[in-house]
Amino acid sequence: MIRALPVALSSLLLLAPALSPSDFYVNVATQILIAAIFALSLNLLVGYGGLISLGHAAYLGVSAYLTIWLVTRAGVGHLPAAAAAVVLTTAMSVLFGVLALRATGLGFLMITLALGQILWGLAYRWVSVTGGDNGLSGFDRPRPFGIDLASPRAFYLATAAVFACAFVLMAVLVRSTFGAGLQGVRDQPRRMQALGWHVWMVRLVAFVAAGFWGAVAGVLYAYYNQFVSPHVLALTSSAEALLMVIAGGAGTLLGPVVGAVVVVMLKNVVSAYVTRWVLLLGLVFVAIVAFMPEGLVPGFDRLRRRRRRRRTAGDA
Amino acid sequence: MSAEALRLEAVSKSFGGLPAVRGVSLSIADGERRLLLGPNGAGKTTLFNLVTGDLPPDTGSIRLFGREISRMPAHRRVHLGLARTYQVITLFPRKTLAQNLELALLGLSPLRWNPVALPSRRPELRERALAVLERVGLRAAADRRLSDTSYGEQRRVEIAMALSQEPRVLLLDEPFAGLSQEERREIQRQLAAIPRQVTVVMIEHDLDVALSFAERITVLHQGQIIVEGSRAEVVADARVQEVYLGA
Repeated sequence: MIRALPVALSSLLLLAPALSPSDFYVNVATQILIAAIFALSLNLLVGYGGLISLGHAAYLGVSAYLTIWLVTRAGVGHLPAAAAAVVLTTAMSVLFGVLALRATGLGFLMITLALGQILWGLAYRWVSVTGGDNGLSGFDRPRPFGIDLASPRAFYLATAAVFACAFVLMAVLVRSTFGAGLQGVRDQPRRMQALGWHVWMVRLVAFVAAGFWGAVAGVLYAYYNQFVSPHVLALTSSAEALLMVIAGGAGTLLGPVVGAVVVVMLKNVVSAYVTRWVLLLGLVFVAIVAFMPEGLVPGFDRLRRRRRRRRTAGDA
Repeated sequence: MSAEALRLEAVSKSFGGLPAVRGVSLSIADGERRLLLGPNGAGKTTLFNLVTGDLPPDTGSIRLFGREISRMPAHRRVHLGLARTYQVITLFPRKTLAQNLELALLGLSPLRWNPVALPSRRPELRERALAVLERVGLRAAADRRLSDTSYGEQRRVEIAMALSQEPRVLLLDEPFAGLSQEERREIQRQLAAIPRQVTVVMIEHDLDVALSFAERITVLHQGQIIVEGSRAEVVADARVQEVYLGA
């Protein structure tokens, strides 16, 4: 019963944007949720695994390319194309994980960066498949069970449903016995090994889980934009997700969601009023790092606890 | 069942040309209490790291209950019944004592791969953790964060984590380091309560507590074994007095 209230409130919050009269804000909310799934997936690695990746756009991008390519070029139906995109991208994350997890720390970061850049280069140069700079277009959203996802509200609700599933499943994962091990491996890998945990395999499983959810975000990205270009695979795409995780609070469940809200709002809403919005994004990030280095969610949590302590001390 | 718990044959390890362990051969019987003695830099902790798999040996063979383990990954050796504690405490400060213990218990459980099993829904896991904490007298502190406990209590948690895995061979690296007299007595009580079938190998500098615990003693100096024998034999040995006791 105690848990019912937060669940009801967050469901309402999730459904509220669909009531907005403006298509623009419904679309911004859709982008926030897609970015949030993507940032949450990266958070599995960065926040819970202690592995900072600068190549996470690989999964978003490859999955988006596969979704559109399979439908528009290979004539595959929407559902099998989406499923194949997720499965193939997840398989790719196994291969990338095996390569990248030869190292941790800076080495891991550099390998993920290199792998991401290879894919970005491929997307640019393999014109016959990827369309090069022009990307792939001519893709329409599906109509599952007669529901036309071309409508911004219907698509938002579908995205919200996927987001809710992704959030709950990732929340369960990080709180599970496996999640406890993943955080143990992040904090004391040598000790975990001495306790019988296969440290490398724990990291690989987390890497693949992050790849899977990144791929899910990629399918939604493809449906939302109905177009894909090498931009999705660029370093800026990976860096933006990392920014969302760090700004919101790595290793927390709400952090990446808050980070996604901040970055997408700045990108879409503030950019309408401020030409140099990237500068503003930079300033916001610097302010967060300066005043709440642990991120917005843990930062506000700390402030709230401090206020409560003061109030208790005042009462006494 | 082999009467030999651990056997090392001509094990060597160098770091950048500097030999840390030189041709060490050692046999420890099942259920024995063995003390590794030696001045700083004698190679004692390196020897532990070679046995646990934290470091690969350059040459030589290591057998655990007759099974060659020198090339086996460290985590698999734990599943064969090898547990250790560290000289420097390496625990999980943000987690509670019970959660620290749960990580140790999960290390040997298939549950560790389960991405949907919530520890809070597994009362048996917590009960086992509490039972081990009870054994080391920390049951009442089970829900305190490790960072809120004293150094002596953390040492006890360290030992409790190793014991919770019901090891066949337990390696203790300076379990009394940095403890007060009272805390030493507490750890001594805990070590005395370890079941006889568990083989215990201990590195310790505090001779008062260590000598009363050990049945046989191996003295290392500059990566080599210089003496091995009973307490009386080792204490009486002239080389030991020269290199270790400073006599």
